[in-house]
Amino acid sequence: MFVRGLKRKCFDGEEDIEGTLAGIKAIPSYNLQRQSLLDMSLVKLQLCHMLVEPNLCRSVLIANTVRQIQEEMTQDGTWQMINTQSTGQASLDRLVSTDILCRSSRDQAEGKHGPAYGTFSKDFESDQAQDSSETMSTASAVQTPRNLQSNVWEMESPQENKGNFQKSLDQIFETLENKSPNTVEDLFSEVDNSYYDLDTMLTGMMSNTKMGHCDSLETFSSPTNTAPNSNCKSDLNDLDHIVEILVES
Amino acid sequence: AADIISTVEFNHTGELLATGDKGGRVVIFQREPESKNEPYNQGEYNVYSTFQSHEPEFDYLKSLEIEEKINKIKWLPQQNAAHSLLSTNDKTIKLWKITERDKRPEGYNLKDEEGKLKDLSTVTSLQVPVLKPMDLMVEVTPRRIFANGHTYHVNSISVNSDCETYMSADDLRINLWHLAITDRSFNIVDIKPANMEDLTEVITASEFHPHHCNLFVYSSSKGSLRLCDMRASALCDKHSKLYEEPEDPSNRSFFSEIISSVSDVKFSHSGRYMLTRDYLTVKVWDLNMETKPVETYQVHDYLRSKLCSLYENDCIFDKFECAWNGSDSVIMTGAYNNFFRMFDRNTKRDVTLEASRESSKPRAILKPRRVCVGGKRRKDDISVDSLDFTKKILHTAWHPTENIIAIAATNNLYIFQDKVNSEMH
Repeated sequence: MFVRGLKRKCFDGEEDIEGTLAGIKAIPSYNLQRQSLLDMSLVKLQLCHMLVEPNLCRSVLIANTVRQIQEEMTQDGTWQMINTQSTGQASLDRLVSTDILCRSSRDQAEGKHGPAYGTFSKDFESDQAQDSSETMSTASAVQTPRNLQSNVWEMESPQENKGNFQKSLDQIFETLENKSPNTVEDLFSEVDNSYYDLDTMLTGMMSNTKMGHCDSLETFSSPTNTAPNSNCKSDLNDLDHIVEILVES
Repeated sequence: AADIISTVEFNHTGELLATGDKGGRVVIFQREPESKNEPYNQGEYNVYSTFQSHEPEFDYLKSLEIEEKINKIKWLPQQNAAHSLLSTNDKTIKLWKITERDKRPEGYNLKDEEGKLKDLSTVTSLQVPVLKPMDLMVEVTPRRIFANGHTYHVNSISVNSDCETYMSADDLRINLWHLAITDRSFNIVDIKPANMEDLTEVITASEFHPHHCNLFVYSSSKGSLRLCDMRASALCDKHSKLYEEPEDPSNRSFFSEIISSVSDVKFSHSGRYMLTRDYLTVKVWDLNMETKPVETYQVHDYLRSKLCSLYENDCIFDKFECAWNGSDSVIMTGAYNNFFRMFDRNTKRDVTLEASRESSKPRAILKPRRVCVGGKRRKDDISVDSLDFTKKILHTAWHPTENIIAIAATNNLYIFQDKVNSEMH
């Protein structure tokens, strides 16, 4: 789709790529921009307004964009390259702790590797329930894929990870499916029990959820991460608002 | 922010203009009849009625607010002295009846002028109450409430030419209602996949054909239009015609799909064409040609190199509407910086105008504006980088027969009339 060495389209502040420059120099900056577009898109998908149902059209368009980027990255084979670059930045301790957080019990039972995207999707299933612990876990899950993948990619084929990623995106829309149950039984029948284990774990860990949220974002941030703390603040304001509504009603 | 205008619609004669806002209110303007005594007061629009159409609601099951913002207003064709309109928020459509009262009965036997019961001993004869003139009073009453028809957010409503039915479209489904029946509707389009994981496309707008009561069109987030025939089957998931323009490979980017998403679709008055708006263009489609539009007009192509920033600040998801003039010769759509654009289909000339207090004094002629993209810059040109993206004109309407346009600029409504000539300059 995109030939290396050609000037990229539709990225702002395009750098002039001289004709004499080899494609090699062009690739990192294009990939960096593509990666930042991917990050931005994932953040956008997370930041569904807590109070009003998110705009489905916007969510679908962003999710499709993310899929496109991921497909291209897989085709390019640059997915591996990006992740080996970021390996050194994450400490092993952090990897282990996030690994535990993000493994669903089902994945553990099956002894699967590469839990990141699987649980990323699980977090998304209840991101509409405005639980701050979920927000925190979602945020951390976004960071872990790139860190975890550095170990995981050597073992798995790109194809499998593509499937995981696809699944995680797709399950964003399951949220809406699950959010409109006809009966109370439906509401509970569709809930995945393994999630509650994660939930209990997280709420147990988070004594002060507000502080925990911001701290975790800063802890897990990598240099290429563009998720600003301002997003965190808006989530906190929304949380206050929700508490207000719950108290008032 | 409650008075941000969210929809604008003329009625079928152009005598009335309705606006809906973010706070759930509807304001109706009425055109003053032209009088020879005051030639400069020709046909101005004044407030006729204001009412609260929708209130905010809270969906306790989902723990989500339902916004009271009015997404669309559509007038019903007038069938008697009363006017009727449909207004909708994300979930509920309401039918409102607007009536005038300019007379009241006086001379009751049992009650006095203030409505108090008379002392019966003072009543010595019977009288017939007579109607006496009074100050005009406009009364608005909700006649029907069409609720619980939509799981997703309603983006369009359209009254059928049969004047008995109308449709409402949300992101995934389109329902057909009878205007007199509120407890049920027919689902005529359902694009919800069995597995929500497979969702990649949503419905963005829909409209009935102006003359053929069995035909309607709906647009999608992937830039396609589907013309459906309700006679073909009860569930119109299979389109009769699919209108889609193949992608231009030289312009391909990660934003291609987003900018191809159709934000509005409008049939021409003739019923022969459809007008669509996507992020950067307006297109005219001939109903008989499915492969590509017959005309494409660039609204603000200078934004093509800014798509990443516009994606970041969410502007790329802005939904602009489009409009035909009465004779289908000129099309109009809004843009940023309170600019709006008009394209004359015959002369192929276009103009950019601005809706702002500074540049619009009463009876002043609007000055054409220009956006410069580098190179030679003329006086009064605006550079792309100084455009104000918070000032967006999403909602515009054109009088059904005359050259009068209504432009909603955030919380201000501008009404422009072209008295001198109708040629584009």
